[in-house]
Amino acid sequence: MAYKKAAKKYSGEIREVTLGSGDKAVAIGGKNVLPIHSFDGNVGNPPKIGLEIVDIVPEDWHDDLKKIYDGVLEDTAEWAKFAVDNFAPDFICLRFAGADPDGKNKSVEECVETAKKVAAAVDLPLVIAGTKNVEKDEKLFSAVAEALAGENVLILSAREENYKTVGAAGALAYKHKIAAETSVDINLAKQLNILMNQLGVQNEDLVMNVGSAAVGYGFEYLSSTMDRIILAALGQNDSTLQMPIITPVSTETWTVKESAASEDDEPAWGSSIERAIQMEVATAAAVLVSGADAIIVRHPKSLATMKTFISNMLGSGLN
Amino acid sequence: MALSGIEIFKLTPRKNCKECGFPTCMAFAMKVASGAVEIEKCPHISAEAKEKLAEATAPLMKTVKIGTGDYEHALGGETVLFRHEKTFVNKTLFAVQFSDAMDDDELARRMENIKKVDYERIGEQMHVEIVAVKYTGNRSRYLDIIKRLKELQKIFVLVCDDVDAATEAAALVKETKPVLVGANNDNLEEMVKLAKESGIVLGLNAPGVEEMYALVEKTHQLGYKELILNAGSENMAKTFENAVEFRRTALVGQDRTFGYPSIVFVNELAKGDSYLQTALAATFIMKYGSIVVLDDITYANALPLFALRQNIFTDPQKPMRVEPKVYEFANPKEDSPVLVTVDFALTYFVVSGEIERAKVPVYLLVPDAGGLSVLTSWAAGKLSAGVIANAIKSSGLEEKLNRKRLILPGKVAVLKGDIEEELPGWEIIVGPSEAMQIPKFLNELN
Ligand code: B12
Ligand code: SF4
Repeated sequence: MAYKKAAKKYSGEIREVTLGSGDKAVAIGGKNVLPIHSFDGNVGNPPKIGLEIVDIVPEDWHDDLKKIYDGVLEDTAEWAKFAVDNFAPDFICLRFAGADPDGKNKSVEECVETAKKVAAAVDLPLVIAGTKNVEKDEKLFSAVAEALAGENVLILSAREENYKTVGAAGALAYKHKIAAETSVDINLAKQLNILMNQLGVQNEDLVMNVGSAAVGYGFEYLSSTMDRIILAALGQNDSTLQMPIITPVSTETWTVKESAASEDDEPAWGSSIERAIQMEVATAAAVLVSGADAIIVRHPKSLATMKTFISNMLGSGLN
Repeated sequence: MALSGIEIFKLTPRKNCKECGFPTCMAFAMKVASGAVEIEKCPHISAEAKEKLAEATAPLMKTVKIGTGDYEHALGGETVLFRHEKTFVNKTLFAVQFSDAMDDDELARRMENIKKVDYERIGEQMHVEIVAVKYTGNRSRYLDIIKRLKELQKIFVLVCDDVDAATEAAALVKETKPVLVGANNDNLEEMVKLAKESGIVLGLNAPGVEEMYALVEKTHQLGYKELILNAGSENMAKTFENAVEFRRTALVGQDRTFGYPSIVFVNELAKGDSYLQTALAATFIMKYGSIVVLDDITYANALPLFALRQNIFTDPQKPMRVEPKVYEFANPKEDSPVLVTVDFALTYFVVSGEIERAKVPVYLLVPDAGGLSVLTSWAAGKLSAGVIANAIKSSGLEEKLNRKRLILPGKVAVLKGDIEEELPGWEIIVGPSEAMQIPKFLNELN
């Protein structure tokens, strides 16, 4: 008997969404096959990897990681430029950790200033991440959206509690892209996309953040949720689930014990920065294989590794 | 591929003698097809027909066992492509690779690392299961290394396409049911002969999917089915394609030719880049690698990889839970604090592990939180001030304690006020948000 390929042709396709403007704009999504299955057909745009930076000196970051950015941590725009010049990410994720009401509680005005400076300093697409506090994020995102009109940033993210304001300001008024964030559940993801549509936000302007988890910490739920979403998007041609997926990896992997335990606490485990990068890289790969079209990492080494990984897995690398 | 009623009908003698209890052979065949009756109920059925039916109803992907006794492991036997459809049954095994080109220091270092990385995570002992030994031409060194590796008591994967070397190597370890990865189009007959004689599992090498398919068919013709397919060691994209095609052809294409476990040499794909090796290992845990071969094992790569494997190979329908009740640590007394957590097994094991590390006497109250994590159960309304207060009241702790302190997980600090109202006389303390901070927190608590 001769070999017969059992590939399935799908009727649906993940939509292509463009972030940023000008020469450095990047497109994500566009696949009509399962993630990384380039041998089946069109994998669309290779997944994009962003580096995370924050608007304050990140006290909780690993010292060895902060050392890489020595001298630029105090100035977020300098930091962004340094990251772009030295590590060549596909985009920058600017996270407003300093705006957190339980932390420094920086004012929206201050954040807007930072956002403007960062946007002026780099020409890569920006992803604007907030505090996880829905009320503060609502105000923060609206103001930043206005200040960065024309930049076509991705706002990460709109949730059920604040999607109306964030969607209206971000996408409708100032023409940015919005990531709709839900908690590891296909039905919730679908529902929020539909609500966004009803608000008037076009599918072309929508991305999904369907939840995130570090490997070992409920990751199986995330991976299965992503599998189900992609199978529905491709197989059932469900247009309410055909948005590309962005997954923040960094905010999950650096706090779990495998990464964060000190060498005094776990002497057998060895170098903690080494553990943290390995944890970030393992989670990043697992998320990409599950179908993320963009991910956010923290360590430049993770970024470099995942770029090599993607180009080789899609068959375009040197290997 | 299950047979249809018509196909089974063709296997019957078509005598319509009714001895099976059905009026016609056709009626009988229909019942057999639906699984309601055994083919044996027809006394006239031929042995050949029985075998055909058995073949047709065998699982699409074979379960292959390697190792013996306490070290035996099953590979393959999967029935689905995605874990939400059905539990993945046989977890990916990890191997560390050695070779005859390796000097004694490197050999000792890797052996030491294998011994060192042996730890418990959520009730499962984590360690590398396999040593892979690659032959590069130095026969006596190869055999010597195999002898020395026996001390580790791991399953052997011999990576060797030289028939003579493989024969000698197999003789050293054949009683442990090893794997021999080395059969290819040129040496197949001899390798199959060796595998049959020594009862070992044979790993097949082919440059691509179609060549592999032909090679498996040839191996079948030689009468051997204890097989593992090498998905690759040279090109990442190609290796991924192979791993997916093997699994998909077997399960979706319902073609048992590819219904075997796979082995992936991520160490060679990564060419010495340990981060890339981890990214690739994670990939093949998720996508169909039965054995993943690494260059080396350290806690840095083991912690994420074993954690991911533990996640992926679990029942997707029901979260693992622990019994809701009060757990005691280090003989708690009437002034020991009460920590609260949830009945999600992952959370419980992480938290109890840290409490043990702290060596401080405490009670750990686990209410019925629906088997969900702290924030999930809180968001789902299953871990509320009321739930916690009721669990305290029915626990008998109020009567037992003369100093009443309740420690909340930091992630649900918002519950503090409400619990204070529900539990007068209790001091409600917000604990840290990550369990790893529990030892420090408890040791500083007074
Ligand atoms: C996996 C997951 C699920 C799984 C459930 C798995 C399970 N059995 O719990 C599923 C998919 C079913 C799910 C469902 C939901 N989820 Co959910 N889920 C997650 C996810 C991805 C991981 C959770 C996890 O396993 N964590 C690992 C465990 C070990 O963490 P943990 O229990 O918190 O324990 C740690 C600490 O709290 C600490 N700790 C624990 N106990 C104690 C005790 C003391 C004394 C101390 C000091 C410390 C301590 O130690 C542990 C390690 O540090 C998180 C996001 C994330 N990345 O965390 C969202 C998340 C928890 N889910 C969320 C939500 C909203 C939901 C839903 C309510 C969504 C909905 N509307 O339907 C549902 C509810 C389910 C239901 N109705 O039955 C939200 C909660 C948001 C919030 N902050 O309120 C999260 C944070 C996602 C998000 N960002 O939106 N979820
Ligand atoms: S016993 Fe066999 S031959 Fe006789 S009717 Fe039944 S199936 Fe046909």
